[in-house]
Amino acid sequence: MSDAMVVERRATITTADEERLRRQLSDTWYVPRGIIGWFSVADHKTIGRRYIITAFGFFIFAGVLAAMMRLQLAVPNNHFIGPDLYNQIFTVHGTMMMFLFAVPVMEAMGIYLVPLMVGTRNIAFPRLNAYSYYVYLFGGVMLVITMLMNTAPDVGWFSYVPLAGPDYTPGKRADFWAQLITFTEVAALAVSVELVTTILKTRAPGMSLNRMPLFVWAMLVTAFMVIFAMPAIVASSSFLLLDRLVGTHFYNPAEGGDSLLWQHLFWFFGHPEVYIIFVPALGMVSSIVSALTSRPIFGYSAMVLSLVATGFIGFGLWVHHMFATGLPALGLEYFTAASIVIAIPTGIQIFCWIASLWRGRPRFQTPLLFVLGFFAIFVLGGLSGVTLASVPFDLQAHDTYYVVAHFHYVLLGGAVFPLIGGIYFWFPKFTGRMMEDALGKWNFWLLFVGFNVTFFPMHILGLEGMPRRVYTYPDNMGWNTLNLVASAGALLLVFGGALFVYNVVRSYRWGVIASENPWGAETLEWSVSSPPPVYNFLHVPVVEGRCALWDRSADPPIVAGIRSDCREVLVTDVMDAEPVHKAAYPEPSLWPFACAVVTSAFFVGSIFTPWALPVSIIPLAMTLIGWFWPRKKESQRHDERVHAMQEARA
Amino acid sequence: MMRAPGSALRASACVASAGMLLVSCTGNQAGLNPHGPIARSIATHSWALLAACVVVYLVVMIALFVAIGRRRRDSDDRPETTVRLTRNVSIAVALTVIILLGIAASSVIAGRGIYSPSGAGAITVDVVGHQWWWDFQYHDITPSDVFTSPNELHIPVGVPVVLKAMSTDVIHSFWVPNLMGKRDLIPGMITNTWIQADEPGVYRGQCAEFCGHQHAHMALNVVAEPMDKFQVWIRHQREPAPQPATDQERRGRDVFMQSPCVTCHAIRGTDAGSHVGPELTHVASRLTLAAGTLPNARGHLAGWIANSQSIKPGNRMPPNALAPADFQALLAYIRSLR
Repeated sequence: MSDAMVVERRATITTADEERLRRQLSDTWYVPRGIIGWFSVADHKTIGRRYIITAFGFFIFAGVLAAMMRLQLAVPNNHFIGPDLYNQIFTVHGTMMMFLFAVPVMEAMGIYLVPLMVGTRNIAFPRLNAYSYYVYLFGGVMLVITMLMNTAPDVGWFSYVPLAGPDYTPGKRADFWAQLITFTEVAALAVSVELVTTILKTRAPGMSLNRMPLFVWAMLVTAFMVIFAMPAIVASSSFLLLDRLVGTHFYNPAEGGDSLLWQHLFWFFGHPEVYIIFVPALGMVSSIVSALTSRPIFGYSAMVLSLVATGFIGFGLWVHHMFATGLPALGLEYFTAASIVIAIPTGIQIFCWIASLWRGRPRFQTPLLFVLGFFAIFVLGGLSGVTLASVPFDLQAHDTYYVVAHFHYVLLGGAVFPLIGGIYFWFPKFTGRMMEDALGKWNFWLLFVGFNVTFFPMHILGLEGMPRRVYTYPDNMGWNTLNLVASAGALLLVFGGALFVYNVVRSYRWGVIASENPWGAETLEWSVSSPPPVYNFLHVPVVEGRCALWDRSADPPIVAGIRSDCREVLVTDVMDAEPVHKAAYPEPSLWPFACAVVTSAFFVGSIFTPWALPVSIIPLAMTLIGWFWPRKKESQRHDERVHAMQEARA
Repeated sequence: MMRAPGSALRASACVASAGMLLVSCTGNQAGLNPHGPIARSIATHSWALLAACVVVYLVVMIALFVAIGRRRRDSDDRPETTVRLTRNVSIAVALTVIILLGIAASSVIAGRGIYSPSGAGAITVDVVGHQWWWDFQYHDITPSDVFTSPNELHIPVGVPVVLKAMSTDVIHSFWVPNLMGKRDLIPGMITNTWIQADEPGVYRGQCAEFCGHQHAHMALNVVAEPMDKFQVWIRHQREPAPQPATDQERRGRDVFMQSPCVTCHAIRGTDAGSHVGPELTHVASRLTLAAGTLPNARGHLAGWIANSQSIKPGNRMPPNALAPADFQALLAYIRSLR
């Protein structure tokens, strides 16, 4: 540790020093203004906020599609929507919810919160972060445009071949799907690399791995899962695109290809995907429970080990989506066992939270209500998941509305309820204003009742034999009443969603001004003003215990010696967060945006012609050169540093 | 303030358990209304699973109410409390493991009977999936005795029937809930499974893997009959199509042979031999039309031939504009194919 990083007591710093430091840091970490500035921003809070808002935009779009499906299915033999449009709608609903809402919104929460929680000034690779946002945005906009132009993918969010292959889906619909996947892969992989680096290398001194907040642990596990799961879908969607664009035969059984290969590759990604969505939500639950019970989460080590175990076991279950394909029975039983095993870490976490609630002093404000709703819904979804792990049961329930009910209980209950609770919880940090609590309670009850009225009947519909992905159903099957009930519930969900949007807009304008730490929470993001300053922390903090703020001494130590006249951050080691060196983060730049534009043009172009690849390589290289070209200020500073090091050595 | 979350959770628990019990046991496409050994084994296992889930759910929810509703004490922050909580959480985890082991064991036992038939198969039938209809091919050593029965699988009661599952286009899934679970029909793969009905009856099934536009209208009927009736049916199906008996039927046959019909459909005993669409040799003897979409009645048949796209949009059969007299003759002929 060089002496530029001594840890000192805050008491030795005068108010005048602080004021000077504040001004200088604001200048250094400035967020550029104007239109060009808007596209150049590389601050994790700004990008994170844009990510969250965009993701909720897609959530609303896909939610409207879901409401249209419920309208169509409210009565049998309905002619409101025909099969062609219905198949587009359910495909875009699923694709958008999974790839453009659930995964990005969870990563977005990580982008905003993780650097604050680990006590650093920005996310690692800030320009890559900006790039990932624009790639994600353009991919999403492409899918919205295809839907509005009635040329959206119509082969399901899982795009099974050969149905999605060139013979059975001519035209470009399935290509739009495959390239949307490419867009989201690139964005998600970029964010995951940033999060892993931020978490492992830039934690504040003292925040050893065993003191890391559970939300940060959850994001770390998620980011690693993305890094290991995405290559499978990169391969499978590229094969699909090649089959469709240049006539390869990866999935064509007539030419020695294999249609089951797609399912293996897709679900090797697709099952971890569920945990990628759900694990960050577990982190949010822990944050909310500890803050609103004023006690640390019970069983920290068990919680961490459960999260990590989930990350590993999640990769060993993919065949439980393929029980009906006629694979060998012994193999299927292995996957039953693996699928059942994953209930153990999840169970441990549920029990630890119940113990936390038992021991704590719960305050029933809106975020905690959403967490309690999460328990009521998610536990049921988890149990129906255990039933689906059983091969015999699954052979009846597979691809019926029972499965639709199950994964909505798991994804809406397990991920979206904590997420909305999390928005209520972190809204003061995001905006500086509290969300209205009384409206929040109405919001909760509408969503909770609406959710159960919509999705509970689907369990029964599935057990009564109603298959998924049908645009209509016959009159005499005994499914009419429950479908009507489900559609009525969807109306409540629409009202609940609208109330949430209203509360967000209203609170953003007129909400009560929030203090630094309105909930009395334990993690570092609550030690800075709401919303946080551009540089996050005036002094890089030193963490003294597992609950950073609750374990803080009266005169807490801080890190000194980090330059405030350039974008310098402290780099610490992986295990113990001991300071090791300092790194310079880049200035804002327009190049990541330009690079994202070229990348997107390449992805969209390659739907139509293989020439998109050779043609876009040159502009892509140009934008990358611009991106990495050192600015005068930066190269000067680099020379200075090298010079200083040489002098020190001499 | 304390009451609100409690009552919500309680309400949802009640809904959950009541809902599970409300599941109909009478459905003609419901796995919990079994009429064969496979479905029965699965149904028994399923009830046990669902019951275990309801109990576990109630226990967890009660624990949650107690946790949030109990009176707070000063002793809560003492180390003894943590020790007690650790013990309780450990017990809960141990119980979870035991229940999960029970579920795994029950699942393996229930699965044993599913994969291989309980006895020698009486007959073997090929199940071939098409967009969006089913073909059941009955094989025989005598080539002239081979026939197909589109969208209607006839089986004898009380004996296992071996099914060879395959597809000519995309992936479909064969599923007759009252008798058996799903088996995917995958192009390029042939897999064996089996089916058995214990009582005579007509059991509805439906494609369970999304297969494109008309996935919703890809149903089938399994007709289970006593062995002697089944033998009668099979002998009748082996016969070529009956000769038209009236002038109108003869005219209808000529219309068929001169119209686009003949390019896709086969009628054994005539020159029509194409197997693009379902075979029509004994079409009038079937229960439904268009893969379980319509009852097999004259009016529905007329509507289907005239413009099937208005009934099952996207299906592969083009509309047929025929002169009224030709159309009536064609209907009479097809209705005579018993």
